[in-house]
Amino acid sequence: MGSWPLARRRQALVERGAIFSRIREFFQGKGYLEVETPFRIPAPAPEAQIDAIPASGWFLQTSPELCMKRMLAAGYPRIFQICRCWRDGERGARHLSEFTMLEWYRAEADYLVLMEETEALVKHAAAADSISYRAERIELSGPWERITVADAFLRHAGTSMWQALAEGTFDELMVERIEPNLGLARPTFIYDYPASCSALARLKPSDPTVAERFELYIGGLEIANAFSELIDPVEQRARFVAEAAERAAQGKTAYPMPEKFLAALDEMPEAAGIALGLDRLVMVLLDAASIDDVVAFTTEEL
Amino acid sequence: MYTAADLKKGLKIAINDEPYIITHFDFAKPGKGQALYRTKMKNMITGATMDRTYRSGETFEPARLEDRVMQYLYKEDDHYCFMDNDTFEQIHISEEAMGDAKNYLIDNLQVDVLIFREKAIGVDVPNFVNLRVVQTDPWVKGDTSGSDSKPATVETGYVLRVPPFIEEGELITIDTRTGEYSTRVKG
Repeated sequence: MGSWPLARRRQALVERGAIFSRIREFFQGKGYLEVETPFRIPAPAPEAQIDAIPASGWFLQTSPELCMKRMLAAGYPRIFQICRCWRDGERGARHLSEFTMLEWYRAEADYLVLMEETEALVKHAAAADSISYRAERIELSGPWERITVADAFLRHAGTSMWQALAEGTFDELMVERIEPNLGLARPTFIYDYPASCSALARLKPSDPTVAERFELYIGGLEIANAFSELIDPVEQRARFVAEAAERAAQGKTAYPMPEKFLAALDEMPEAAGIALGLDRLVMVLLDAASIDDVVAFTTEEL
Repeated sequence: MYTAADLKKGLKIAINDEPYIITHFDFAKPGKGQALYRTKMKNMITGATMDRTYRSGETFEPARLEDRVMQYLYKEDDHYCFMDNDTFEQIHISEEAMGDAKNYLIDNLQVDVLIFREKAIGVDVPNFVNLRVVQTDPWVKGDTSGSDSKPATVETGYVLRVPPFIEEGELITIDTRTGEYSTRVKG
């Protein structure tokens, strides 16, 4: 294989670099501190559906979430990080096993504040009022759509969110019926996920059957996942124990309990945090068909 | 035995004891949800297609196909003729059953003919084949259109995108798994 795949991506990589510069500019303008936390960690968050890659007895991070929250607890009120994350077994036209995440955390905020901030960030990163993605014109300038997960199921899946959960079809319906309809004419925030789908999110005080979690979709592509953070160490430990049990039931690797993170939760202020897949954001902004088109190297090319 | 994580374009699996080839593969994973493996597959005998979505943990039997090394001889009407290198037996395979492999057939190419229950149902071509470019527009130096590729027709009639510096008469390597240009054969 020659250097053609690398050379042909030059334009995409130049534009990717410009998008990254504008993202850093956005956060610096809002008083955020850019931080770096270790990639190799002893204990990832025990989430049932996210698998870490082992690294000499520890693990490559699946997200910088736990370390960044420890920084919040230590008194850093606005932090962001652009870093590599690894998720075992995830590979497809929209997935790389090693990918680039933008995560940011903000003290004294909830997920509604982050919806506003995410909208402002993406507009700033795009530096355009509209984009064309997969032959759809997507307006960025006007107000973005916001719908609850429950409404999205009724509108697009023809069943209720609770019915789908009970029948074990929640993920299939989300992928096959709902996602392709989200964020087509303008970006869409889909919010208030079932409590069972949100291992680290705070439950909604007015309706504890759902969690204060949202996802951003643009052109049917999932871009970001956010929540009002759960800061109760007792409830967080119980959720981790449940997720770890689910992992064990599926025969998956057990992770040590992230004790230092749980201890730090006692000190953590009310906060909201968000993980945004930067490769995917670049995909929609550059109208790329595959995530492979917006990174210098894919795993297979190494 | 394959698992869902092994699914990819080109994999051949058995369902109800019939061979299927995965023609499209898509990995999907809703946020915090489980991995879903969405496939389109084609029945390698009837050509019928179907969509299936699998979850991690599901397992599959490989399709029990026999491979025989044969040499491509010629095309006649809508059939392609191959010869077994050991027995000199000749067989015909329909254009439909050939699929994309027909894009890479040059005289005397060695291929693996797939046999299912004594019947030839398709061929596997090598992952990389060298084909000569018979038509492509010249590259105009100073072209500012920003285009990083152009169409080219190779000797089998197949058309693909190549880098602008490729000229007529050159030999190029094509990755038959993707149908895409791979590199220029120098010399």
